[in-house]
Amino acid sequence: MEIVLALGIGIFTASGIWLLFRPRTFQVIIGLCLLSYAVNLFILAMGRLRMDAPPIIERGVAVDPSQYADPLPQALVLTAIVISFATTALLLVVLLASRGQTGTDHVDGEEKDGEP
Amino acid sequence: MAVDRLLLIALILPFAGSIVAGFLPAGARNAAALLAGTIALIGTAILIAAYPALPGGGILRYDIEWLPSLGLNLSVRLDGLSWLFGFLILAIGALVVLYARYYMSAEDPVPRFFSFFLAFMGSMLGLVLSGNLVQMAFFWELTSLFSFLLIGYWHQNQSARDGARIALITTGAGGVCLLLGILIIGRIVGSYDIDRILASENLIRSSGLYMPALLLILIGAFTKSAQVPFHFWLPHAMAAPTPVSAYLHSATMVKAGIFVLMRLWPVLAGTDEWYFIVSSTGLATLLVGAWAAIFQQDLKGLLAYSTISHLGLITLLLGLGSPLAAVAAIFHTVNHATFKASLFMATGIIDHETGTRDLRRLSGLYRYMPITATLAMVAAAAMAGVPLLNGFLSKEMFLAEALAEHSGTFVDQLLPVIATLASAFAVLYSIRFIHQTFFGPPPVDLPRQPEEAPLWMRVPIEVLVLACLVIGIVPALTIGPFLATAVQSVLGDRTPVYSLAIWHGFNAPMLMSLTALVAGTVLYLLFRDRLNAMKRSPVIGRLKGRKTFEAVLAVIVAGARWLEALFGTRRLQPQLRVLVCLALIAGLLPFVRFDYRPGPLPVTLLDPSFAVVWLLGAACAIGAAWQAKYHRLAALILTSGAGLATCISFIWLSAPDLGVTQLLVEIVTTVLLLLGLRWLPKRVPDHWPEARVPVQVGLRRSTDLLVAVAAGLGMALVSYAVMTRPLPHSISRYFMEHAYFEGGGTNVVNVILVDFRGFDTLGEITVLGIVALTVFALLRRFRPAAESVASPVQQREQTASDHASPDRAVGDTVADYMLAPKVIMEWLFPVIIVFSLYLLLRGHDSPGGGFGAGIVMSIAILIQYMARGTRQVELLLSIRPLRWIGAGLLCAALTGAGASLFGYPFLTSFFSYIAVPGVGTVPAASAVLFDFGVFGLVVGATVLILIALAHQSIRIPRAPADEPKASLPASEGGAA
Repeated sequence: MEIVLALGIGIFTASGIWLLFRPRTFQVIIGLCLLSYAVNLFILAMGRLRMDAPPIIERGVAVDPSQYADPLPQALVLTAIVISFATTALLLVVLLASRGQTGTDHVDGEEKDGEP
Repeated sequence: MAVDRLLLIALILPFAGSIVAGFLPAGARNAAALLAGTIALIGTAILIAAYPALPGGGILRYDIEWLPSLGLNLSVRLDGLSWLFGFLILAIGALVVLYARYYMSAEDPVPRFFSFFLAFMGSMLGLVLSGNLVQMAFFWELTSLFSFLLIGYWHQNQSARDGARIALITTGAGGVCLLLGILIIGRIVGSYDIDRILASENLIRSSGLYMPALLLILIGAFTKSAQVPFHFWLPHAMAAPTPVSAYLHSATMVKAGIFVLMRLWPVLAGTDEWYFIVSSTGLATLLVGAWAAIFQQDLKGLLAYSTISHLGLITLLLGLGSPLAAVAAIFHTVNHATFKASLFMATGIIDHETGTRDLRRLSGLYRYMPITATLAMVAAAAMAGVPLLNGFLSKEMFLAEALAEHSGTFVDQLLPVIATLASAFAVLYSIRFIHQTFFGPPPVDLPRQPEEAPLWMRVPIEVLVLACLVIGIVPALTIGPFLATAVQSVLGDRTPVYSLAIWHGFNAPMLMSLTALVAGTVLYLLFRDRLNAMKRSPVIGRLKGRKTFEAVLAVIVAGARWLEALFGTRRLQPQLRVLVCLALIAGLLPFVRFDYRPGPLPVTLLDPSFAVVWLLGAACAIGAAWQAKYHRLAALILTSGAGLATCISFIWLSAPDLGVTQLLVEIVTTVLLLLGLRWLPKRVPDHWPEARVPVQVGLRRSTDLLVAVAAGLGMALVSYAVMTRPLPHSISRYFMEHAYFEGGGTNVVNVILVDFRGFDTLGEITVLGIVALTVFALLRRFRPAAESVASPVQQREQTASDHASPDRAVGDTVADYMLAPKVIMEWLFPVIIVFSLYLLLRGHDSPGGGFGAGIVMSIAILIQYMARGTRQVELLLSIRPLRWIGAGLLCAALTGAGASLFGYPFLTSFFSYIAVPGVGTVPAASAVLFDFGVFGLVVGATVLILIALAHQSIRIPRAPADEPKASLPASEGGAA
């Protein structure tokens, strides 16, 4: 499991960063989406991999934390997911506005020679 | 109130006054002067009240803790030396205020002048009253800053702007050096407290860092006190109004450097390095200043160079390192302040009354302004060192010290000669100043008819000249005790026996003094006419400090530009490349040092279906990266595939909350990007010349690919290494153990979000709300590109086909194309809402919660938009996302604030279980209420963003005839 997840994170990161370097705004947005998947999974992996042990405890009983998955990375990732939606939306709108004003969807707002 | 607290008030008052004066109307000359004068006098009174505690080495301190852990406190410290300086600052300040009231023209914005003046006075006072060195450096910088404003007061003059700029850059650069030196001293001693530093004499002198600290502090002091080679700023600062010159160059600004030298004299002086650097600098400044002063044709220029020369004298005395020389230095500081301030004021009167300061044009003014002339003569005599005046006494002490043995080097042999020579020069320029201005034939062709200055303009000069006389005649009765206190505070046990008397018998210093007087007079008589014809000072006139300064500045600016051109870019891609590459290097370094090794933890057994999920996920990600340029829709779908793999992994790896939220966010993100696709340009494949990709482009792409692969590999390696190592103890343990007993919930992730880390969540939902509002605001002024305005191809084709068929009306095809899904979607509305509420209510105990429920709710609304179209929905439903956002944030914040009603800190939660008939026990935690707030905000934010974007398609001013034009309901969400 670990090696598959690690490879998955790596591939997501590589695809995301490749897109991040591209000149078109849509590519950058998709790149950020992929990168945020990778980062969220990476943060979750910091709590190590646990199966069938969601951090939902029993009522009124003393808890043995080692029996559950680490809740902390999950709490961090949960808000990150929602916030990343918001930032994606903001980026999209800024880029659309820039496209409307400059007439191009290049990230610099102007076409560069030899860089389509 | 205790005197030490009064000191704090004396320090704060000028700054408070400065702010008040800044707000006075531009014509309020009297009010501003009255305010400034009163503050200066109150300060003087406080100092006088504090004096009785000081004789015999007494120190008054008042500390206010600021950063005690770093040893940084605001401390006001008053001892003999700072009392003497403080008194000069405040008393001469009060006189200058009176003088300035009459000097400044009513056309100038005088309250601004007094505002700067008060702030500068406060900074100087803060400097001398500082109880620790960092605080001193802070006030030091303030004096540079406010002197800049004062020198540049007449900012309409180019020379004033230049002078201010040169002074600021020179003294500011010195200030940086001083701060560095102070930091080194603080490191040596382990404290910035002045008392501790003064007690660490041997520690500092024996430290290996003594030399750098000494050099840095000396550069700071020398720039401020206009020592060679940093003296060039002072003559340029003469572009300031004369009251400013009178204040800055007598009692304050330039004395700041002297003050620091005196303050640190006990710990820094006495070494060979100190002796050579400080005394030779002082000597050079003494000579250069005196020599240049002789050849000045501008009255203020003469006084400026004479100031430089006297500062050199004081520095030289401090450099000698003997206690008696230090006494002479302190004494001369006071004397110089009194006679130089009065001379500047007299110059101001001459300038004011005649309209010129040119020595060659002035002549015989005595008959027009006898009182001013007399006062100036006495002050100039003090400057020249004529007996019965204060300047004579300290000069006598200086000459005596020049004769004494200090180091046994040739400097010692030379010193008496140079001292006599410089004294002769001083006599020469003093006589020239007086004789040229006040005697000789009546002036011709003056811009103004001269007359005596108004009484109140003369009073400050009279007071100062009186001080010169009284100190000069009965020194032991007047300045004696105060000087003794100041000397005691600097020298402590090493205080020497000295005598303040006019007559010490006919000794060597007396002889030197007389020689200088005679020589100076004879030289003037011989060369007076030739002096008037001089354009610049011989020998040193070629050394242009300013030119060097401008050249150095130009080199620095050019260097900065070059660096900016080399490393700066406005383009996004290079910036991102640099960022990622730096992150890569930073990530690589630990591997290089400690090498890479997987951890000892046994790996979890691989489930083949998990591998399949990731095979698909990885393929989707790579496909999305590949297709994002030409096939946006495909890329979007592939990205969703990658998201789905992420989502499944979350659920697989025991994170049901994340799985649910990810799935839901995936939906809204896809809708969002779909809405955005509409406004992006059509992309046609590249047509490279010669039908192949240019080498440059190919190279760039392969580099990018290489970096991306390296980053991916790095992430994979790091995550694998972490996952195979045992989990260290973290704060999670606490959360797990206390989630139920203190948070009242069994879903630990939710309890963390709404209870343990509720404050973080409050911040995050606030960010979410702000982002949504920003998106909304940006879209209100959205101007799409011209090519995107027309209806999409599909719509046009449908309309065309409706036109073509005689039995169909325009819009029929669009109306019916989703009939079956539409019915299902409409019916789903209540179902999804119930599901959303279910997720919300169970969130505290089971997967769900405000975030997920909020997005579900927004999806319910979104689906209605899809099914019916924007206009139809808004006719039926009144959706007010802004209110959702506001209500949500308010609910969350009020829940948090509610805790304070019961005396608990913000966001403390309360919980219990309530038995509801028919339902059973229901958890009732205040954190659930908080979650309601999260829910409301997430609904509002998501809906606001999506609807604002969706509205762009119908708000366009296109309105072609083939589309039915519905009147839009007034909606908060849409910018219709």
